[in-house]
Amino acid sequence: MIGIEHYLVVSSILFVMGVLGIFLNRKNVIIILMAIELILLSVNINLVAFSAFLGDLVGQVFAMFVLTVAAGEAAIGLAILVIYFRGRGTIAVDDVNRMKG
Amino acid sequence: MIQVISFYIFAAILLASASMVIFARNPVHSVLWLIVAFFNAAALMVLVGAEFIAMLLVIVYVGAVAVLFLFVVMMLNIDFAELRAGFVSNLPLGILLAIVLAVELVLGIGAYRAGAIELGSAVAAATPTDKPNIEAIGALLYSKYVFLFETAGLILLVAMVGAIVLTHRQRKGVRPQNIGKQNRRRPQDAVRNVNQPVGQGVEL
Repeated sequence: MIGIEHYLVVSSILFVMGVLGIFLNRKNVIIILMAIELILLSVNINLVAFSAFLGDLVGQVFAMFVLTVAAGEAAIGLAILVIYFRGRGTIAVDDVNRMKG
Repeated sequence: MIQVISFYIFAAILLASASMVIFARNPVHSVLWLIVAFFNAAALMVLVGAEFIAMLLVIVYVGAVAVLFLFVVMMLNIDFAELRAGFVSNLPLGILLAIVLAVELVLGIGAYRAGAIELGSAVAAATPTDKPNIEAIGALLYSKYVFLFETAGLILLVAMVGAIVLTHRQRKGVRPQNIGKQNRRRPQDAVRNVNQPVGQGVEL
């Protein structure tokens, strides 16, 4: 029998994989963005699973909002990536120090 | 029984393709594995009866975000071998962090299973089950959460404007169409009728 715990385990493993992807591919910002998408996907799975578990549709509504923000974030992130590449000729982000922050 | 089998199949493929996303050597392959992961996540959501979110996931992620990733990966001429240089040196710390996070999450889920902390009863009224999923979500979205829905639309608008402003560049040395100038031009300014005598040159 599949319970809420199964979904929680799957989504937490997915979350950990996203974090691991950020750690492993610290230079390649495209993979970092994809890992962030994985993290947001795991959040969505969590929201939907709890929505089904509690019989409350609000979780699915909020999953939709998370989806919206994820799409906007990917668009902005890739736009920043394109202009960064245009200026520098590389997308290695481990030594970004243009703003001297 | 079929639900259990399909859950395990979808979950296994989801986790396998997620690991391929972060371990693939070629970012194009990463994007393709990401598409597989999203499809299987959508299947997992269909299993619990959230068809609308599942279809939204397929349309938004596979149709828009993954294609955007593919577009950027293929448009930029990137030396990916150089970018993988720190991969091995980051591996031990990354694996350690991943294990710590996973253990924490599993511990939390185990504690939840052993007996959830009682935080109070559910505030929301039980969702009517006679309606289909999409209809129920629509009824909720356009009544109680209509302002949040419009905010989501605003976020998308701002993201679109931001992406266009960031990537648009003004090129030097090209002569673009000036529509205002075209529309301001009138026949009396542009056309001149000349009664030209025979045998004399035309003055331009």
